[in-house]
Amino acid sequence: MHLNDTRDIMADRQTVWAALMDPDVLKACVPGCQEMEGSAEDGFTAVVVQKVGPVKATFKGTVTLSDMNEPDSLRLSGEGKGGAAGFAKGGADVTLEEIEGGTRLTYDVDAKVGGKLAQLGSRIIDGFAKKMADQFFTRFQEAVEGPEDETEAPEAEETGGKKGWFKRLVKS
Amino acid sequence: MPKDHGIGASSKRREDVRFLTGAGQYTDDINVQGQTYVHFIRSDVAHGRINGINTSAAEAMPGVIRIFTGADFEGIGGLPCGWQVTDRHGEPMKEPAHPVLAQGKVRHVGDPIAAVVAESYAKARDAAEAVEVDIEELPAAIDMKAALEGNAPKVHDDLADNLCYDWAFGSDAAEVDAAFSNAAHVTTLELVNQRLVANPMEPRVAVGDFSRATDESTLYTTSQNPHVIRLLMGAFVLGIPEHKLRVVAPDVGGGFGSKIFHYAEEAFCTFAARQINRPVKWTASRSEAFLSDAQGRDHVTKIELALDADNNFTALRTETYANMGAYLSTFAPSVPTWLHGTLMAGNYKTPLIHVNVKAVFTNTVPVDAYRGAGRPEATYQLERVIDKAARERGVDPIALRRQNFVTEFPYATPVAVEYDTGDYVATMDKLEEIADIAGFEARRKESEARGKLRGLGVNCYIEACGIAPSNLVGQLGARAGLYDAATVRVNATGTISVMVGAHSHGQGHETAFPQVVAEMLGIDESMIDIVHGDSSKIPFGMGTYGSRSIAVCGSAMVRATEKIIAKAKKIAAHLMEASEADIGIKDGQFTVAGTDKSVAWGDVTLAAYVPHNYPLEEIEPGLEETAFYDPSNFTYPAGAYACEVEVDPDTGKVTVERFAAADDFGNIINPMIVDGQVHGGIGQGIGQALMENCAYDENGQLISASYMDYAMPRADDVPFYTVDHSCQTPCTHNPLGVKGCGEAGAIGSPPAVINAVVDALQSAGHNVTHIDMPASPQRVWAAMQG
Repeated sequence: MHLNDTRDIMADRQTVWAALMDPDVLKACVPGCQEMEGSAEDGFTAVVVQKVGPVKATFKGTVTLSDMNEPDSLRLSGEGKGGAAGFAKGGADVTLEEIEGGTRLTYDVDAKVGGKLAQLGSRIIDGFAKKMADQFFTRFQEAVEGPEDETEAPEAEETGGKKGWFKRLVKS
Repeated sequence: MPKDHGIGASSKRREDVRFLTGAGQYTDDINVQGQTYVHFIRSDVAHGRINGINTSAAEAMPGVIRIFTGADFEGIGGLPCGWQVTDRHGEPMKEPAHPVLAQGKVRHVGDPIAAVVAESYAKARDAAEAVEVDIEELPAAIDMKAALEGNAPKVHDDLADNLCYDWAFGSDAAEVDAAFSNAAHVTTLELVNQRLVANPMEPRVAVGDFSRATDESTLYTTSQNPHVIRLLMGAFVLGIPEHKLRVVAPDVGGGFGSKIFHYAEEAFCTFAARQINRPVKWTASRSEAFLSDAQGRDHVTKIELALDADNNFTALRTETYANMGAYLSTFAPSVPTWLHGTLMAGNYKTPLIHVNVKAVFTNTVPVDAYRGAGRPEATYQLERVIDKAARERGVDPIALRRQNFVTEFPYATPVAVEYDTGDYVATMDKLEEIADIAGFEARRKESEARGKLRGLGVNCYIEACGIAPSNLVGQLGARAGLYDAATVRVNATGTISVMVGAHSHGQGHETAFPQVVAEMLGIDESMIDIVHGDSSKIPFGMGTYGSRSIAVCGSAMVRATEKIIAKAKKIAAHLMEASEADIGIKDGQFTVAGTDKSVAWGDVTLAAYVPHNYPLEEIEPGLEETAFYDPSNFTYPAGAYACEVEVDPDTGKVTVERFAAADDFGNIINPMIVDGQVHGGIGQGIGQALMENCAYDENGQLISASYMDYAMPRADDVPFYTVDHSCQTPCTHNPLGVKGCGEAGAIGSPPAVINAVVDALQSAGHNVTHIDMPASPQRVWAAMQG
């Protein structure tokens, strides 16, 4: 399956790029991520717990960054094995483009599943993948620039501005 | 007045008492002291190279007894194929190895890679999670036509390509082509007979046991033919001699063909039990059944029908691609060839027929016989193209069929078989009556008044059953004889056990077979029991498939019973001091012609076992006889079916409103059981026509692998059927005059449904000439949009 979308992030390209390299950001953004270790250079290992329709499983796998063309584009790919639940793998081609006041992030995701996930979850897998991608990039956007709705982020007042926790981290 | 016992009586199915009260003894009910449990680790990719399997962590887990991989089966035979097809160039089909556990490569999702044997299923499953299987996924061949292209991934590296065979059959191709050139009209249809999952209610189970004391292995398994499994597994896979191998198939909860075949799990459990010296049990989950039971159909066909100016059929030409899946299942090669090509004449006197079938390996679950096996595929394409031709020529589809019927018997078709008897005019007449074809237009108007489209679909079918004459099928590539056997054991008190090679798993043999013996002896059916399903108890018969049980095994039982009667008459003659030639038997009494002397059945049987007053110098004591029966021809059940559907023009939803079946099964043993067999077959045919579809994605993942996605027909998806089998042209070559009824419903019904759907859409002005099965609301709605 394939899906793509764009997001405008209120941060410059270098900040967005750096966030994509950060295992803590990835851990916070990958839905259901329990562990994420490693580095952009060597790749990350991850443990993700997810429920796809009737199948709930712990996926152990790897996330690698490739085709790195700083700060324009890169490919994020992941592969997880869920034992009896089967496997999921996929990747996202991400491009970063400068726009007024920030960066336009475009992603083009392909994903496939196998084993029990495909057998039991095929009807819902497209919707599930879209939800996963939406959640990932929404969290990523929030991590970089802070939540859109400030009432949901009371700490924004105290820190004196609309900043995501990653931005705060790198700018403070 | 209908008979209340013997042949022709609707005796209630005695086996239903235990089935319906939970007293059946199925394979999963069998638990052997000390048994272990196996969980199979199966491939979750369609095609891949096994780079390594690390079992060390799993082996240390609690309750694990042993973990087997393909390496444990090196030097052990693979699963054999029981039928060799010769291609159009005289070459044998490609026959790749089919290991019990994958060796080097996996070739379909569900291919077993390793087997964890543990003290419980839970422990085996837990340990399986700790087995590290390193598989490098390879591109997969899924679509049949793409799989035959030069750059397609190869399912088997040691073969040149994915073509199993390219088979041609029937009339001379040049003559057929010439007839097409001279035709007044040619109708062409391309269609898909989609892949199906058999879905017996009971998933497969195997329990392997081994006795160190006797060096004897026992396999309890969900099989339609225990002797066939013993033969294949003993001789070709594990090298266990027959006298040290017992195969038991107890109550089996449906098979529909999928339990004919010898499966890896059966060989595994038998093998592993010998290795670990403990019984090994496997019970399939429904998910495993979807991934490991042989699937059915999966043909893509182009069929062309040539007609002359008067609408006589002059020639027929077909080109079919048949999916074998990743390996050759036991009888897979025979299904698209000898069980399909030989039926292409149908009920019609088309003089020239040429059939071409290309069998293709793909990275999917193996495909083999499923209820009808080749004959539904033949019937569907033929009856669809005739319907299309009638529409193109502007003639009544029933009249076009009648005009071309075979009416003189025996009739030798251009596709190698000879119909011994039949009366297709009579079944069509009967169908028109019971389906009230004359009243259809009024019903259509009534539907239209409610905003629904109504269509009528009619078709005929013929099948070759009573499989099969051994000398003929031997010439065609069968690696087995297809006779059957029965032993009639009369006990001292006159009760009888009949040991039969046929297996009953829904067909009602335990009721119908005794009716035959009871009729012959004039005794009560309750005195007779059928014993089946245990190779150590029954004679060497070939089991149940191809609507063969009563025609072949029943005939063996008749022959054995005739021997019993002959011997009993000798004893009776001695007891009554009469001439053997004067002895008659009626209503359980032996009489002497021209006298009022008689002895009862029970007196004779007692004399046989307590031979105090007995002609010992002339005959042996005891009363037990065995007969083998090898038929001289197939049997040819035939009939005509009619379906009426309503289509909701807003949603494309099709509902079956009426369904009528007029069948000629020859003589009938138990009309009620025959009704039930036809009902079930039609249900499965409607399921295929409207609902069921076994779907793989482009990567070879089976995406319809549960009942959430694989749509089985439910009671409210089918109408009340009108079935009739009063048209009876008895089979001319078996002693009962029977033809078999197990598959007819599934063979005859899909074209009736699709013909009706097309008719409904045409009635509303939609120029739809064909809809592929399943005619789901989405497909029907899309067709209506043009």
